[in-house]
Amino acid sequence: MGMTITEKILANASGHEHVSPGENIWVSADILMTHDVCGPGTIGVFKREFGEKAKVWDPEGVVIIPDHYIFTADEKCHRNVDALRAFVKEQKLPYFYDPGTPSYSGVCHVTLPEKGHCRPGEVLFGTDSHTCTHGALGEFATGIGNTDAGFVMGTGKLLIKVPPTIKFVIDGKLPKGVTAKDIILRIIGDIGVDGATYCAMEFAGTTIEGLSVEERMTICNMAIEAGGKNGIIAPDEKTIEYVKSKTSKPFKCFHSDPDAQYLTVRRYRGEEFVPVVALPFSPDNVKSAKDASKVKIDRSYIGSCTGGKITDFIFAAELLKGHKVSVDTFLVPSTVEVEQALKKIKIDGKTLVKIFAEAGCIEPAPPSCAACLGGPVDTFGRCNDGEVCVSTTNRNFPGRMGSKDSQTILASPYTAAASAITGHITDPREFLK
Amino acid sequence: MADNIIRGKVFITGDNIDTDQIIPAQYLNLVPTIKEEYEKLGSYALCGLPDEYKTRYMAEGKTKTEYPIIIGGSNFGCGSSREHAPISLGAAGCKAVIAKSFARIFFRNCIATGEVYPVETPEDLNKMLKTGDEVEINFDARTVKVLSSGKVYNTNDLGAVKEVIDAGGIFSFARKSKMIK
Ligand code: SF4
Repeated sequence: MGMTITEKILANASGHEHVSPGENIWVSADILMTHDVCGPGTIGVFKREFGEKAKVWDPEGVVIIPDHYIFTADEKCHRNVDALRAFVKEQKLPYFYDPGTPSYSGVCHVTLPEKGHCRPGEVLFGTDSHTCTHGALGEFATGIGNTDAGFVMGTGKLLIKVPPTIKFVIDGKLPKGVTAKDIILRIIGDIGVDGATYCAMEFAGTTIEGLSVEERMTICNMAIEAGGKNGIIAPDEKTIEYVKSKTSKPFKCFHSDPDAQYLTVRRYRGEEFVPVVALPFSPDNVKSAKDASKVKIDRSYIGSCTGGKITDFIFAAELLKGHKVSVDTFLVPSTVEVEQALKKIKIDGKTLVKIFAEAGCIEPAPPSCAACLGGPVDTFGRCNDGEVCVSTTNRNFPGRMGSKDSQTILASPYTAAASAITGHITDPREFLK
Repeated sequence: MADNIIRGKVFITGDNIDTDQIIPAQYLNLVPTIKEEYEKLGSYALCGLPDEYKTRYMAEGKTKTEYPIIIGGSNFGCGSSREHAPISLGAAGCKAVIAKSFARIFFRNCIATGEVYPVETPEDLNKMLKTGDEVEINFDARTVKVLSSGKVYNTNDLGAVKEVIDAGGIFSFARKSKMIK
C-alpha cells in the first residue's frame, strides 16, 4: 500500500520500511527550534532530566531564535533571553539569532527557512505551534511542548503517532486580489477549528503549484488553526531552488504515492476563492470581505509569521500606493531580511517604505512577533483597550492581541490594507480594478 | 497512574477554550521550571476567560482553586503550543480536564508533563453540569459520576498514550523502555 508524503518522511526518520496512521514510532529529529518563551523552560526540563552537565544531542540540530518579547522593558523577558545566551555559550551552539547583535533575525518561522534550516524530507520540531509552517518546504514540521522539546534536546528523538492525512486539492487560477491567506481561511471556515485535529493537512493541485514558496508557507502556517498536526506541500522545482539558495546541505524529496490512503480528499477550484476575513473570536468564523463590509475597524496590523513576509508587504504596498489610510496602520516586518527588503524593493520606482509613509502608515517597527500575541503592555501595536483590529496574523481568540476587550479580524495583506483606507472591512478588489 | 479516582467540584467552560484564555500571553515570561514562577502561573489559570464568566476559576488573591476538575466542550486547549497552559492549571490545583475533545498539542502536553489528566467523554458534559457540582472520575471504570444525582457518564479509552501516562510521562516511559538511561 502506498504512503503519503508525511508517512514517507516519518518512515524514513524512524527507520521503518512502512508506517501507517495510528502507529506510535520513535522518530529522529533533524532540527529542534526553540525561542525565548519556551526555550528557558525547555532547557530547565533538559537539565532536570539529563543533569547539569548534559550535552545536547547535536549542536548543529538545535536552533535558538528569540523573537517574541524582544523590544520591551519587561525584566523577566530580558532574563529569559539571557538564559538562552548562557545555554548557547555553554553548549557551543552555532545557530543563535541573538537580539541586539548583528545575528538577530526576528520571527522564528520566517527565520528558519531564510537561514536554510528548512529542508525537504527532514523532521523539524519546534516549541511553537506554528512550526507547521515549514511543511511548505516538503518536510515534516510540528509544534511540541517544553517537556517533549527537553526530551528531543537530550536524545534527538521523539515518540510520535503517525497522523492520518486529509488532502486538499486546489486546481485552477486564483482571481486577482485573492491570496494564500484567503485559501487557508476559507478551508478553516469550511472544516472548523477542530476539523483536522491530529491530522496531516496535505495541499496539492495546480493552484498550490502556482503559489510562491512564501505563499505556501502562509497556508501551512495556519494548519494548526484547524487543529492539524502538520501542513505539508510536496517539494517541486520552486522549493528546490529556494532551499538551494539558502543552504548547501543535502536533502531528499519525498512525494505521496498515487495509491496513498487519505482520511478524506477535499477538492476546490482556484477561481471560486474570494477575499475573506475571520471575524472574532475564532479563525473559523469566516465571511467574505464583501459580506463583512459593515464591520468598522480602529486599526490595521500587518506582520507576524503568517502575514509579515516580503510578499505580504508587497501585497499591502501594491494596494496602498496612491491612497491614504484612515486608521492607525502598524507594520511589523517579521525579520531583519524583510525589514531591509522594505527599503530596497520598489513598485513603480518607489520603495515599499516610501509607499507606506506616503499612505500615512506608522513607521515600521523593528522585526519581532510584536502584538501578534499581545505580550507585555508596552508591546508595539498591542491592543490595550477595546480596539477592533484587522490583522494579517493567524489567531483572533479573545485577548489574542492584548486586552480581553479588543477584537481581531484575520485577513490577507490586501484586505488589511484596503480596510485601512476605508476604516471598515473592505474587499480589496474595489481598489485593485 | 497516580490516582485512580479524582473527586471534586467542577468548573464549567465552553467550546474552543484556547491557550490564550487558559494563560494569557503577558504571563509567558514566567518560566515553569522555576518554582516561584510555577506557583505564579497557577494564580493566573484561566484568567483570560471573558468577563461573562462571573464565577472565576481562581478566586481573588488565591493561589489554589476550589475546582480540581475543569469541564470543557470541543477542542479544549486549542491555539499555541505553550506548555504553560496545562502547567498553570496543574499549578492551580487542577487534577483533570474533562472535554468532548482536546486540541492535539494541549493533550500531548498534559501527558508529557503529567500535570493534569485529559479525559474525553462522548457526551458534552459541560452542557449537563454546572459550576460547583461534585463529580468523581474513576479511571479504572472509565466513568464520571455526578455525586448529587448518582448519574454516571462514560469516558473514552485513552488508547496507546495510557502506557505513557501510566509510566509517569515521556521521560519515565523512555527510561522504562530503555530508550534513555
Ligand atoms: S508571529 Fe505570532 S504566531 Fe508567529 S511565532 Fe510570533 S507570536 Fe507566534
